[in-house]
Amino acid sequence: MLILHCPYCGVDADETELAAGGEAHLKRFGPGSSDDELHGYLFTRENPKGVHLERWRHASGCGKWFHAARCTATLEVFGTYKAQVSGPPQEIRDAISAKRPGWSWREFS
Amino acid sequence: MSKPVSALMGAAYDGIVRVEECGLQGMITLRGDLASKPVAAAATGATGQDMPGQRRANVAGQSGLCWMSPDELLVLVPHAEVGDKLAAMTKALGNAHSLAVDVSDARAMFRVSGANAREVMAKLAPVDFAPGAFGPGDFRRSRLAQVAGAFWMEEDGSFRIICFRSVADYVFKLLKVAAQPGSAVGVF
Ligand SMILES: [Zn+2]
Repeated sequence: MLILHCPYCGVDADETELAAGGEAHLKRFGPGSSDDELHGYLFTRENPKGVHLERWRHASGCGKWFHAARCTATLEVFGTYKAQVSGPPQEIRDAISAKRPGWSWREFS
Repeated sequence: MSKPVSALMGAAYDGIVRVEECGLQGMITLRGDLASKPVAAAATGATGQDMPGQRRANVAGQSGLCWMSPDELLVLVPHAEVGDKLAAMTKALGNAHSLAVDVSDARAMFRVSGANAREVMAKLAPVDFAPGAFGPGDFRRSRLAQVAGAFWMEEDGSFRIICFRSVADYVFKLLKVAAQPGSAVGVF
């Protein structure tokens, strides 16, 4: 059972209150972008065994979207953070580095 | 205008707790910056209650304020007063970026009372109901088995539950099953 701390209502919500929202920090490419950019935006996703950054929604709760950093291999959660950022904040990066030195994920490390 | 009726017209059940549908209850959704003066004035003015903290409910009888999310309150007022209260709130909100909407007819409300109230709730929602973890005035949006529900504990240890009207019958049946005689777990 995955338990994530919702940074908006402060609840440690179990998985059954949450809805998974896929990969975090996607940059949208819309009208005017190249075919490659649009293809990447629509279809290209990380599929790591290890550190992963995801979007989640406290669906049966306060309703807010947030981010989670966790390990896909062990289900260990490094931390959760608010939605209004385009990358993991420093304290989340530090928390991941403490457990997975040398980690990288897309452009983040 | 036709006479308004609540979802289950006050249906009740007695098991290891008493389950009652509470009848008509006015409910207004208020969204906006909860720290802003106009939003606080609209909310407190309509109910006579203080602004609730995170995951708290300040409710007396049919009037109160429930914390739904960082930018949303549920404003409880007597059903017959919803129109007047909403007009006063809209006036108090003025030009503030906000929204106040009557959702009374979209909802149903239940009360679960008796010594086993925590047990019955704990069978249905993924929430820690242990004394100390959840007490009077604590409010939570969660799920009740398969549907969305919100609830808070009152001073006497009973719970009030809000769900969508469309699932009122389902929630009543859930509560009845969870309250069957002989089904107490005795965990709290
Ligand atoms: Zn939440």
